[in-house]
Amino acid sequence: MAFWRRFCRNRSALIGLVILGFVILIAASAGLLFPEDPFKLVGRAMSPPGENGFLFGSDTLGRDVAAGMAHGARVSLLIGLLATSVAVTLGVLLGALAGYFGGWIDDVLMRLTEMFQTIPSFIFAILIVAIMKPSINSVILAIAVVSWPAVARLVRGEFMSMRNREFVQACHIIGMSDWRIMVREILPNCLSPIIVTGSLMVATAILIESGLAFLGLGDPNIISWGFQIGAGRTVLRSAWWVCTFPGIAIMLTVLAINLVGEGLNDALNPRLRERT
Amino acid sequence: MNQSKGTTSADTRDESAEPVLSIEGLHVQLPLGSERAYAVEDVSYALLPQEILCVVGESGSGKSLTARAVMGLLPAPHVQYEKGRILFQGEDLVQASDERMRQVRGSEISMIFQEPMTALNPVMRIGDQIDEVIRFHEKLPGKRRRELALSLLEDVHLPDPPRIMSAYPHELSGGQRQRAMIAMALALEPKVLIADEPTTALDVTTQAQILHLIRELQVKHHTGVLFITHDIGVVADIADRVAVMQHGRIVEIDTVERVLNNPQHEYTRALIDAVPGLVPRPVKTDSGEAILQVRQLVKTYRSGGRFLGIGKPQKEVHACDQVDVVLNESETLGIVGESGSGKSTLARCIVRLHSTDSGEIVYRGQDLCPLDRAAMRPYRSKIQMVFQDPYASLNPRATVGRILTEGPKIMGESTREAENRAREMLELVGLDVRAFERYPHEFSGGQRQRIGLARALAMRPEILVADEPVSALDVSIQAQVLALLADIRERLQLSMVFITHDLRVAAQVCDRIAVMRLGKVVEQGPTAILFEQASHPYTQELLDAIPGRDWSRRRIEAARG
Amino acid sequence: MSQAAQRSRYVLKRLLQAIPVVVAIVVVNFFLLQLAEGDAVDVLAGEAGSATPEYMAQLRQKFGLDQPLIVQLGVYMKNMLTFDLGYSFRHDMPVAQLVLDRLMPTLLLMVSTITLAVGFGIVLGLIAASNLNNWKDNVISVFALVSYATPLFWVGLMMIVVFSLKLRWFPTSGMENVAMFYEGWDRIKDIAHHLVMPTLTLSLFYLALYTRLMRASMLEQASMDYVTTARAKGLTERRIVFVHILRNALLPVVTMAGVQVGSLIGGSVIVESVFAWPGLGMLAFEALFSRDLNLLLGIFLLSALLVVAINLVVDLLYSFLDPRIEVG
Repeated sequence: MAFWRRFCRNRSALIGLVILGFVILIAASAGLLFPEDPFKLVGRAMSPPGENGFLFGSDTLGRDVAAGMAHGARVSLLIGLLATSVAVTLGVLLGALAGYFGGWIDDVLMRLTEMFQTIPSFIFAILIVAIMKPSINSVILAIAVVSWPAVARLVRGEFMSMRNREFVQACHIIGMSDWRIMVREILPNCLSPIIVTGSLMVATAILIESGLAFLGLGDPNIISWGFQIGAGRTVLRSAWWVCTFPGIAIMLTVLAINLVGEGLNDALNPRLRERT
Repeated sequence: MNQSKGTTSADTRDESAEPVLSIEGLHVQLPLGSERAYAVEDVSYALLPQEILCVVGESGSGKSLTARAVMGLLPAPHVQYEKGRILFQGEDLVQASDERMRQVRGSEISMIFQEPMTALNPVMRIGDQIDEVIRFHEKLPGKRRRELALSLLEDVHLPDPPRIMSAYPHELSGGQRQRAMIAMALALEPKVLIADEPTTALDVTTQAQILHLIRELQVKHHTGVLFITHDIGVVADIADRVAVMQHGRIVEIDTVERVLNNPQHEYTRALIDAVPGLVPRPVKTDSGEAILQVRQLVKTYRSGGRFLGIGKPQKEVHACDQVDVVLNESETLGIVGESGSGKSTLARCIVRLHSTDSGEIVYRGQDLCPLDRAAMRPYRSKIQMVFQDPYASLNPRATVGRILTEGPKIMGESTREAENRAREMLELVGLDVRAFERYPHEFSGGQRQRIGLARALAMRPEILVADEPVSALDVSIQAQVLALLADIRERLQLSMVFITHDLRVAAQVCDRIAVMRLGKVVEQGPTAILFEQASHPYTQELLDAIPGRDWSRRRIEAARG
Repeated sequence: MSQAAQRSRYVLKRLLQAIPVVVAIVVVNFFLLQLAEGDAVDVLAGEAGSATPEYMAQLRQKFGLDQPLIVQLGVYMKNMLTFDLGYSFRHDMPVAQLVLDRLMPTLLLMVSTITLAVGFGIVLGLIAASNLNNWKDNVISVFALVSYATPLFWVGLMMIVVFSLKLRWFPTSGMENVAMFYEGWDRIKDIAHHLVMPTLTLSLFYLALYTRLMRASMLEQASMDYVTTARAKGLTERRIVFVHILRNALLPVVTMAGVQVGSLIGGSVIVESVFAWPGLGMLAFEALFSRDLNLLLGIFLLSALLVVAINLVVDLLYSFLDPRIEVG
């Protein structure tokens, strides 16, 4: 497929894909690699990396950092994907309606997204989680709530420019219904920017989730990378590894997703690539 | 302008003079894997001082790239110089240092472009953009530079030069921007001016003015002008000599009289024959009764608006202002006008893409304006449209088959019926039925216009509204599509509304013409009568501005014997 | 109308346009408060340890909490107009006074961060774009990619490990060394010393963002027609880049800088809590731990107002850079 060939020509995107594949593999096999509950105290506390059978050391209570990281990968990817799905669904729906019909729907949506651009989104997310009590659902909801406006704006712009294209006007003239024009004619033509934005949003969602967990707003029953770092910061002086390794995991995962997203962008919009 | 030509540089031009610019055996490479190896292949021509040499050719002929090569502005790294010499007053510019090329550019050879809006820096004042050229080439005090810039703006006949100096590009009209570009190019009295399709983006009356200006300044400053165009009419108006390019090669080069009146190469002949002949269709005497009447149609666009009483008041554009036109059965009605005349809005109102503010659109006794979607349904298929842009008018993600069958299916035909109909239509517009399975990007511009036509015809319309259906096409393709339209109209007994900015095309296609300006119909009548005795001054202005009008006339007379 | 008068009208117009946004934020704020489990009286009762239902009902009446929702909203809006943000029982102080006390350190951190991120972002993007695909571009691009993917709090912690704990170059936390009782110039130097690491941490992500944006914007502008015109005029590459391309390329960067202010404040919550910087973010972190919702909402409101104000400044700046914006 031409798309796949174009994607593979981009070396950094391939590197991203390999890293991402590795993270997904770890997340999938976390239960096999570390069958124990990652919250369980399994050995001597504060063991440095490589000692007492701990690959990445143990934390203040003797929990295995590596086990936490493997199980945390599941949480990060899951929350990233779910929050993005919710945000993209909502954003595409509202953006499409506003961009296609214009008028008051558009006015309301634009005011709303302006408000969302104005309010500090991370503080808003903190508020939502704090008010709803921290849980995996409230975290997903909070991330989706602060993320959808970006998608809505993008889709609105695409639909607005598409609705005046001549091929869409031709559909009106043969009497096609609005719904069908939106779904069958316009939407397939703006899938590539939506896919690219969506993939980059997964990365942002993972960063927001780790920030919330770091502040102690993660689901208390689920281990996550942000939580590990937050828990380890009190022992930064004596046990640097507790914070360091989960941080590297976040960085690599987010980096990999960004690289893949950019690769998708280049492969889906070959014209943009040629210009530079 | 047409009169001016005979008395100007054609006489002062010295055939025996040394060429100011001569290109010898120029080769410009295309990237590997392109359709052909060279964009420009073994091109040689010479530009004499004080002459206008037109390089004419269709898109992809390499005419612009040759000019870019002279300026040392080839779009690297994709397109590269391979071999050949470019001699400017005896000096080979290919060998010149970057430093020397900078000296030459803008002061000894300068250039103007097709689209003056994008060719000017949007965030810099016109005065500063002119001043820059002067400052980089001459040591002059600021006051002198300003005086020079003001007199340049005066020379290109821009009103109120001090105001233009401090204006930004977006504050000027298209014609004014091109005048400013010309002022900038001629600031330092260059020996050579390269004009790359400088009037293509402009309206026809503005085009005539700019051509006139270029001729006037060329004579005044004794400049050699290399004028690149695709329009034979423009060539006839402005050229002293003509070079015809095809597929990167020069096929013919000679004086304008010889090339246009006695072309030697078959490509040149084809190019000239494809130009619509300016012979108005004879007055139709057997017109049927009115099939569509537009009465007192008003459509106003409103934009902007105050926010809590602050800011600019709402802008109103009267796109259609009490328009009255009638389309009779099996005739073609031309709607002619420049950009902003409201002709496209009128077309879109007729096919009910736009709502109307007031007035009536009566189809066989039924006013369509008050009809809602459901009530409109039985009339939908009767009025169909063909669009301008062959690239935007077909959904890139749909197969040709889907594009052609969707409409009939919505009208209630079975899939099978619709598919058979689609194949029939493909044949009717001269495409292979195998096109059915393909996607639009696999076709050329002309083929796409045929698909667009097939889509409209599949609905079994009685009226076809064609919105500039050939203006995005090269002239040879344009002739083919126009012939196809004429043929199908005859065969299917269609009535047609033909929107165009080009009176040459209108003359060839339309039985009657309505001329629009600023939302109003200023004049309408049978084509032949309109061309012979236009009553409105604006119509006369449009007729006078037709590029190559005198040449076409002479051709017609010569053909008649 | 004169230029100055036009511009002040423009500012006025933008100010008026900001009003609905601010009102909407206040309403959102109110409903978030309603969503929360329990009200102020529950919190008070919780503080006191025990309270009879009668006493609580009495308190509810006193605070107007027994009124219908719409009346409560009206009262809330009226309070907001006078900048009465409620009372923090935890700190035993009015919320408005608490947040205003903490505003300055946050402003200081934000201004230094924006300056650093936008300034260096533009410079790095410019260098990368004008050395396309050679080692300078590659180094800058990789740096930007990695910074763009790194969580702020982790950068902060790693900087503490390296620069405070190991190298002892910078203090780990706080805004100044209170125990030294510095005054005048010494105090400024001390604050600046404390400011370095929080600023670097917070600006890293945005620096990466603006670098990437500037690079892309420069490359896009370089392919525009007016650049060809400039070459055809015989200008030097230097002038083409610094006069023609640069100003056009800056426009999207300035727009983005405005858009990102909101997220910058969010980032400051994390950075301030990592470095114990005594600003709004640190206050939010404390409020979070003590479940002081009133205070959290007050911080939210003030930071939203701050974004509105900064956006106004950015818009004004933009109108100077782009003549196509109609200020009339």
